[in-house]
Amino acid sequence: MSASLAAPLPRRGTGEALAGWMLTAPAAIAYGLMLLLPTLATIALAFTDYELGAPAFAWIGLENFGELLSDRGFAIALRNTILYVGIVAPLSVLGGLGLALLIESGTRGRSFFRAVFFLPVVSLPVAMAAAWQYLLHPTIGPLNAALRGIGIDGPAWLSSSDTVLISLAAIGIWENMGFNLVLFLAGLTAIPRELYAAAEVDGAAGGWERFRLVTWPLLGPTTLFVVTITMTRAVRVFDSVAVLTQGGPNKASQVLLYAMYEEGFTYFRLGYSAAITLVFLAIVLALVWLQTKVLEKRVHYA
Amino acid sequence: MPERSALRGLPRLLLLGLLGLLVLMPYIWMTAASLKPLDEIFRASLSLVPERFHAVENYGKVFAKIPVWRYLWNGVVVCGGILFFQLLFAVPAGYALAKLRFPGSGLAFGAVMLGLLVPYHVPALPLYVGFSQLGLLNSYTALIAPSTISVFAIFLFRQFFRSLPDDLIHAARMDGISEAEIVWRIVLPNAWPAATAFAIFSVVAHWNDLFWPLIVVNGTQYATPALGVLYFRSDEAGDDFGALMAAAVLMTAPLVLAFLIAQRRFIEGIATTGLKG
Repeated sequence: MSASLAAPLPRRGTGEALAGWMLTAPAAIAYGLMLLLPTLATIALAFTDYELGAPAFAWIGLENFGELLSDRGFAIALRNTILYVGIVAPLSVLGGLGLALLIESGTRGRSFFRAVFFLPVVSLPVAMAAAWQYLLHPTIGPLNAALRGIGIDGPAWLSSSDTVLISLAAIGIWENMGFNLVLFLAGLTAIPRELYAAAEVDGAAGGWERFRLVTWPLLGPTTLFVVTITMTRAVRVFDSVAVLTQGGPNKASQVLLYAMYEEGFTYFRLGYSAAITLVFLAIVLALVWLQTKVLEKRVHYA
Repeated sequence: MPERSALRGLPRLLLLGLLGLLVLMPYIWMTAASLKPLDEIFRASLSLVPERFHAVENYGKVFAKIPVWRYLWNGVVVCGGILFFQLLFAVPAGYALAKLRFPGSGLAFGAVMLGLLVPYHVPALPLYVGFSQLGLLNSYTALIAPSTISVFAIFLFRQFFRSLPDDLIHAARMDGISEAEIVWRIVLPNAWPAATAFAIFSVVAHWNDLFWPLIVVNGTQYATPALGVLYFRSDEAGDDFGALMAAAVLMTAPLVLAFLIAQRRFIEGIATTGLKG
């Protein structure tokens, strides 16, 4: 956000106030109806035992949250989501950074490769999940066929509880890496060339030295942004789970949003589902809070 | 010398080519399988080229079994409707927050910042109940209405409009043009970069969305492309990977083609807009 305030226009008093209200009114109404009220209603729902189709509902205080604590399925969903984020975020950030450095290190084929790696970001996730299902199929999938070719018996990637989360995480990395790559490329082009020349004069001749002394510190704000945005994207994992595993086998790939979806729209336990939604919201808000905290403390050069 | 520098760049190109090929694997195999007959797919050979060309049968089956055009059309209606209302609501609000002084503008901007923190999954449950009470499940309204407000768009346009020169607006006021007209006739034409970037961001997000359509739509009439693939996968093509891959290719193609044509704008729209949020 830019800090400078625009100089105020010549005042036109009530006319200007009226215009301001009229121009914001449609957005304000839509905001109230589609965002504010339903969000408040979700918070309220979390403290009820409301079920769709039930004749009545009651306020039950923190009972839903108490149930969450003892719900093994929810504990697994939470653990899987954290694991998924823990795999997808660092690897897709490092992958994006590595690709950005590689692309930046030369001039030929820059926009071509940028487009290749960005392609998954614009591809219909449901359709690509179907493609992954074929690619990872235990018997007819090309991946296991290739593994057989070199004498390895590949696992049933998406239907074994040992490998399902890793497989979904691999798809997640594939989906997110191109996005991170483009953000890093924008950050890299913002680094002044003279700094590299200056580092060279100071004796930092090697590529690693230049990365350590110039690129990495100056990329700090970009990296922080990329890390948090990737984490918030990864916490929302839903499509690949809904299409490929429905949380299975035996809840081995159950994640927060899919658990929320199942409770709310398969079992119609809306109160309980709202409680899961609030846990999800709390995690997202915690990530944002963490970002602003780190931003205040560490990434200051100005 | 030029020969030496060409050789120097070679490892980079080779490595990028290899990694690029790896990222493209799902597309390559998806397309290859959509051209093969089922028995070839089940043989799990690593040959990409089909021995018997089966594209007509696979794609024909998709068109025969599911209303492909209907799904694509629904995708266009939903994305177009959402974008239309998002701009209709966000452009005037962004202008008012950027250039007008009025009581409550601080509160409105605070609401925008607060809204940016809330993922769209959070209001989903009460919205579902609301649409269900109104008998509006399974309709374009249910698909479009919740996304008509984009706090991100308001924020983006506010930032963009702040950098427009005040003289431009002042001159228009001197000519007696109303504030609403200023928005659509003077401010918006100057905001095309922000508007196209946001349009691409919005269309990609909603074309690809599965969560909300899965909740409010049942059956084929209002299904979006994402739902179409999901239905086809579970109903028609359990193990018919050739046809399933053909369906996946068909539903992915529109956005991917648009991306290949306007690559730079897409990347600016999706990623660079993200940087400012």
